[in-house]
Amino acid sequence: MSEKVICTKGIYPEFPRKGPSAAPAATHYCPGCGHGVLHKLIGEALADLGLQDQTVMISPVGCAVFAYYYFDAGNIQVAHGRAPAVATGVSRATDKVVIAYQGDGDLASIGLNETLQAANRGEKIAVFFVNNTVYGMTGGQMAPTTLIGEKTITCLNGRDPLTQGYPLHMCELINSLKAPVYVERVAVSDAKNIRNARRAVRKALEIQRDGKGYTFVEVLSPCPTNLGTTSVKNNDFINNEMAKEFPIQNFRDNSATAEHVVRSTSDFSKEKLDAMFELADIPAAIAHNTANFEEAQVKIAGFGGQGVLSLGIMLTQAAQAADMKVSWYPSYGPEQRGGTSNCSVIVSAKPIGSPVVYHPDLLVAMNRPSLERFKNDVKPGGTIMYDANMGDVELPVGVKGVAVPAQALAEEAGSDKAANTIMFGVMLELGITQLPEAAFARALEANFAKKPKLIPLNLAILEFARQWVRKNVK
Amino acid sequence: MDIDKTKPYPLINSLECKSCGRCVDACPKKVLAIGTVMNPRGYHAAVYVGSGCIGCGTCFYTCPEPHAIEVHIPGKE
Repeated sequence: MSEKVICTKGIYPEFPRKGPSAAPAATHYCPGCGHGVLHKLIGEALADLGLQDQTVMISPVGCAVFAYYYFDAGNIQVAHGRAPAVATGVSRATDKVVIAYQGDGDLASIGLNETLQAANRGEKIAVFFVNNTVYGMTGGQMAPTTLIGEKTITCLNGRDPLTQGYPLHMCELINSLKAPVYVERVAVSDAKNIRNARRAVRKALEIQRDGKGYTFVEVLSPCPTNLGTTSVKNNDFINNEMAKEFPIQNFRDNSATAEHVVRSTSDFSKEKLDAMFELADIPAAIAHNTANFEEAQVKIAGFGGQGVLSLGIMLTQAAQAADMKVSWYPSYGPEQRGGTSNCSVIVSAKPIGSPVVYHPDLLVAMNRPSLERFKNDVKPGGTIMYDANMGDVELPVGVKGVAVPAQALAEEAGSDKAANTIMFGVMLELGITQLPEAAFARALEANFAKKPKLIPLNLAILEFARQWVRKNVK
Repeated sequence: MDIDKTKPYPLINSLECKSCGRCVDACPKKVLAIGTVMNPRGYHAAVYVGSGCIGCGTCFYTCPEPHAIEVHIPGKE
């Protein structure tokens, strides 16, 4: 029988970084660092399981940022705490085994939210979480996992829970979620714990190989440099102090019952998107003469619920039907109902730069506050259409005012919700937007396509408004 | 130092050793020690005392450096 050699697998034989080095195969880690121990366990498992060329390792920000110098596997180095997002993308776009290798600052502080979200979605990711209770790369600051009373350079008297809160227990947090398949906390301190860690790393990667979902392995790890201790004493610290706060145990193993996760695929074909956005059967544009078309800038304002934004959309649809360039730009408060809202619409024969309307050619004011707010912005020679129900109003000099009893006319025409359609009809009849008549009808058809019963009613209201203009506006 | 290669033995790449002492502490047979010679990078690399290794692999797995130590176990005749 030939000689057996216990040696490193799955890791490059040399680590060239910045040219020749005195020790070409030495890592950048400090003496006694736990990262190297875990690297070897992961590399060995990847090699033994034959997964090296099917694996994408996500390197974090932190001491392990250079993981790509070591692992003989695919690698993406990502922004601080963002491994879960990138890992999710890689995992969903490919059938690769995805590893998120992260430290306590990366995972439990800046990346805490997305760590929990990715776990909760059951992404197919093997997370290896290195917990050494301290920020390593930046020089020994307090971490979310720093123990109570433990001193770091940012808690010089020891972590005080009344000031800095308590250590975060990541395995326990992850274990409160339904989706994760495997959750275990291990340590790379003594031989027994390292053997156990080796088993857990293997298990997690087997689950990934089988595509069964999210695995989370927390690794209690030494950082003798930043804890100001020796490698040997740091192992005692892990076994005697860290393990009290962070019990070394398996929290969950559903690998026997978990099934291969298969997600539906997204269809981004043009046909599918056109159907989704109702672009498949656009009728031919309504022809009209645009030779002398002057850009129309319209501001429509009122209370929420008065159809202000819809009126803007209808005008936009009319412009689209006539093959014009058009922009619609809403502005409203946080309220879903009530409050005030307004929108800016620009109709032009030329491409539109900014959709913001500072000085409208036409202001449609559905209530008094909107009129007062915007009336002085209207261009000289412009028009203000306002609801006649606001009584006497003062308008700026040089601006044409049209008092439209929009609400009253709408009720008379059969719908108390259609004051905006009345205004739309007045807009048409006054010819302010220069759009062809047919475009307005097309806009109503498009706007009410989902409620076809309302189309004839609104077409009638449109006509009603036009007749009112003919009779009442000179 | 002559090593009996008919028995298990650790092979230390002293150039890559950072003298952290984990292997010395972890070895169940206490056959590793911090050496007295400084390597080119300034570390006192670990050394094997020359006999007593049982080939358990503990030193390899506890060592943070991928290529600083490996364990050779001769095949049985």
